[in-house]
Amino acid sequence: MQAYLVRRLLALIPTLVFASLIVFVTVRLIPGDIIDLMLSSNDIGADKKSREQLEAALGLDQPMVTQYFRWVGAIVFEGSLGKSLWQNTSVMQEVLHRLPITFELGLMALVVALLAGIPIGVYSAVRQDTPGDYITRSFAILALAVPGFWIGTLVMVFPSIWWGWSPEVKFTPFSQAPLANLGQMAIPALILGLAFSAITMRLTRTMMLEVMRQDYIRTALAKGLATRTTILRHALRNALIPVVTLVGLQAPVLFGGSVIMEQIFVIPGMGLLLLEAVSQRDYPIITGVFLVVGVAVVLINLLVDLSYGLLDPKVRYR
Amino acid sequence: MVAVADPGPVAAAPRRRLPFAGTLRFLGRLFREKPLGAFGFVVCMVFLFCGVFADVLAPYGFNQISPVNRLKPPSAKFWLGTDNLGRDMLSRCLYGAQLSVIIGLSAAALATVVSVFIGVVSGYLGGKFDLVMQRFVDAWMSFPDLIILIVVVSVVGPGMGPVIVLLGLLYGIGGSRIVRGAVLSVRENAYVHAAQSTGATLPRILWRHVLPNVMAPVIVLFTTRVGAVILAESGLAFLGLGVPPPAPTWGGMLSGSGRSFMYLAPWLALAPGLCITVVVYAINVFGDALRDLLDPRMRGSR
Repeated sequence: MQAYLVRRLLALIPTLVFASLIVFVTVRLIPGDIIDLMLSSNDIGADKKSREQLEAALGLDQPMVTQYFRWVGAIVFEGSLGKSLWQNTSVMQEVLHRLPITFELGLMALVVALLAGIPIGVYSAVRQDTPGDYITRSFAILALAVPGFWIGTLVMVFPSIWWGWSPEVKFTPFSQAPLANLGQMAIPALILGLAFSAITMRLTRTMMLEVMRQDYIRTALAKGLATRTTILRHALRNALIPVVTLVGLQAPVLFGGSVIMEQIFVIPGMGLLLLEAVSQRDYPIITGVFLVVGVAVVLINLLVDLSYGLLDPKVRYR
Repeated sequence: MVAVADPGPVAAAPRRRLPFAGTLRFLGRLFREKPLGAFGFVVCMVFLFCGVFADVLAPYGFNQISPVNRLKPPSAKFWLGTDNLGRDMLSRCLYGAQLSVIIGLSAAALATVVSVFIGVVSGYLGGKFDLVMQRFVDAWMSFPDLIILIVVVSVVGPGMGPVIVLLGLLYGIGGSRIVRGAVLSVRENAYVHAAQSTGATLPRILWRHVLPNVMAPVIVLFTTRVGAVILAESGLAFLGLGVPPPAPTWGGMLSGSGRSFMYLAPWLALAPGLCITVVVYAINVFGDALRDLLDPRMRGSR
């Protein structure tokens, strides 16, 4: 297990190097001069800084390769992502301050997706080709087509018109009032988890159908084991392994979707930080958020890989 | 589940000679075997029609401002009501369909070309090239689509061109996995080995022998990508980073200055979202049916 873990961590290095290159190249090499954009637009504070000052602040006066190694070096050795252009605060601190909020939202969406997706998927598989199966499946395809920002908009508009109720937009941190915080996050988490629960439902159904045809299920039923026990203890456990993989695959989707939910419901997470930085053209923050999200997804996928062993005794960490 | 034997290349041969007859036969099968998919196909065609003929169908211009008629509820004159500048919502939705058709088709086409190029070359060549390429794709896929889009648009600036190129590259790189998977199995077929042993050049093998045999997943990929692109574009437009106003993008119509007027005029919140949902739903069910009919191996995958 330890040797496996070490090897798995070493295998992360090329992925992380590529990830850092993608972030670097995307932000620095794309046609269109960042400085020009910053100077031309009437951004807050832009006129206070000269072209040279901005170039030096962004490190753009150095050759590209030097810039890359400086940037990576600062992250690896100093844990620094640079400073915000306008606020002069540490980007790393700002990002680490916002990350838990986005993480909480994502985690709640994950719980929604699994709590709704798995039972409905099992039901749909067990009652294959019945009206119940058709209804849940149609609903799942529909859930994949509805944009989250539309549902979010409807939730903001219609309850307010009909009952004068609208979601709280003043954010309460979890540490101050856990219950109020969870209540506030519940609606965005439900919307964010909707598409994910539909995917979970479809995958659970497909896997259950496959597992239910296996010999060991027939054996379990033949020896007189209750259908309920067979489904829950024998079939579901085996059907769930690909669902775990799905969690890793959906992690980036949740991060992306949370940007929109944070925007609609004014939740001060990473997504809102990114959007604020975009509107102020604060490139160190944009770069920082971009990189941290990528690294977070890579690490989540590592955890997903490691968790297979808990679910599936066949997996040996060699 | 309908168990249909995969006719594969056998069915492909006559289709090449009589493309129209083949398409008709395929549509017949679609309507007989997959009613929901056929419904999706019909809606897709209506959407395409609205997009192509938006200039003719729309009763008003998409940016025809008329202060007298601001925030009018749906009526005989304005079927879907008007917005805060008195612009007709129906016309804006129709022109929005035009934008979605243009962006959806061109970005999905670009994405498919990129996927095919990376997937075919990487899958066929294998070895070190494939290894490095796949690590790159891994790293690329750990970034959320929307966040890449936001970051790049923040640098290049919003607009139709950047959005199409970006969405094309974004979904192209991600989708290359599916093409690569298909190429890996095609690569081992006897006809590929035969071509290799007769000394066929690499481009010839890829173009004449590998590509035609991965067309089924590629067509399905293209179809589902159109839906994904429209959804992503609307999300971007919603955040104010898509095609800039006054262009009537469906996502853009739900955002920006119009948002505060939705409490007075709830119809503003309904039509654009409904357009996105219906179109993406139709493309998805059509894509699912297409996958089941064309490529039974991919059944059940996303």
